[in-house]
Amino acid sequence: MRRPRTLAVVAALLRAQLRLELRTFEALPAMCLFVVTAFVLFHFGLNVDALSGNLASGVLWVTLLLAALLAINRIYVADAEQGGFDAFLLSPAERVALLGAKTAVLLVYLAVLELIALPAFAILLLEPSLWQALPGMLGALALGDLGVAVIGALVGALAVRTQARDLLGPLISLPLLVPVLICAASWSAPLFDYPHAAGVAVRWPAILALYDALFGLIAFALFDFLVED
Amino acid sequence: MYGKGLRALSLTTALAVALTLAAALYWAPNDAYLGFLQKIFYVHVPLAIITLCGFVAAGLMAIAHLRTGDSRWDVRSYVAIHISLIFGVAVLITGSIWARGAWGHWWVWDDPTLVSFLLVMLLYATYQPLRFAIDDPERQARYASVFAVTAGVFVPVCFAVVRLGPSYVHPRTLDNVNSNLPGRMQVVFYLALVSMTLLWVTLWRFEITAKHVAAQLRALRGLLTEQADDAPARRSAAPTLTGVGSET
Repeated sequence: MRRPRTLAVVAALLRAQLRLELRTFEALPAMCLFVVTAFVLFHFGLNVDALSGNLASGVLWVTLLLAALLAINRIYVADAEQGGFDAFLLSPAERVALLGAKTAVLLVYLAVLELIALPAFAILLLEPSLWQALPGMLGALALGDLGVAVIGALVGALAVRTQARDLLGPLISLPLLVPVLICAASWSAPLFDYPHAAGVAVRWPAILALYDALFGLIAFALFDFLVED
Repeated sequence: MYGKGLRALSLTTALAVALTLAAALYWAPNDAYLGFLQKIFYVHVPLAIITLCGFVAAGLMAIAHLRTGDSRWDVRSYVAIHISLIFGVAVLITGSIWARGAWGHWWVWDDPTLVSFLLVMLLYATYQPLRFAIDDPERQARYASVFAVTAGVFVPVCFAVVRLGPSYVHPRTLDNVNSNLPGRMQVVFYLALVSMTLLWVTLWRFEITAKHVAAQLRALRGLLTEQADDAPARRSAAPTLTGVGSET
């Protein structure tokens, strides 16, 4: 049998996963609700009405990371419980296509999540205008999301077929995500300064891009071993 | 023979550790600023270096396991992480004591080395729970190796990223350009590094030997009672050795 092109398999798997999500709505609504609830919690926990600078950046990124954990825990559950892994292994597709598809799924989830989270953050907590920060934020969001998606796709596969996946997924991914948090939050912090200060250190985008690339390679090299049986 | 040369190694280690302690306590001069407290440096820094090297070594052993499928490499990787975790706890405790003495706080957030070490420990703390949560021994070994490789790469990367933070209160011990260790202190430091490495290797060898002996004992007991060892094994985080009996 002719081996299908990996990109075509990734696209097919991505479509399947998104259709599944559209039919069940088991991850995205929960993530969005979680983000808004977390902002409310931060308002009461910190007892402040408006945030700027480091604090705003930190609150936004920590909330996004925690919301991402909800998705990381869910993306492989259907594959593990309803024979998705077996069906995929029976097909002649490259295994790494599954990694690519799950990374893409997480990227889509995070993008949709941020469409809700950023306006909500701007309305509920952010002191400076979102519009002035947005152009700079797009880069941070893109590279930050990529890091979360790659690490999430790898750790999700590692945790899903264990007996404590809801516990292990977050516990393993969070330390791995700390460098993403450091870079993304440090990158965004000057954008949220009030009054607005220009200038972002070049090193944060560079380090974040390198970290994403490195974990992309690790996931690419190791993923086959996670879907052998 | 798994215990081959273990006695000589143990004696050398005991001697080296004793020599290091004696040299650190009586021969090395007291630090002008920190006084006697600085002696903890001879334990803390070598332990930290060995711990991180141990984690990276475990990652390399895990690569060997994934490439060959040989369960002995999984045991080596598991034991390396196990010993390094124990060393790591000692590093955090001694580091905390030192931070309290030198900087007045038990924990200092603007020290990248301390913070990265904590991150690495938090990650490795999930290694045994991960193993414990997987029933099938073969899959447990494979997943644990994937974890060990990922985390092994994370160790140096994490230190690099966190160090780029804007703080440098932690002295750079092996940075020769700015090294301010006087002669005797430097000698004792390298002696301590060697003896802690020996200690790590000795403990590693002991645990591996114990694991192999236990596996052989189990196999022999199975032969004596002429029963296949098909009793459901207790769930365990420890690796299962397959093909024991052939002494290789």
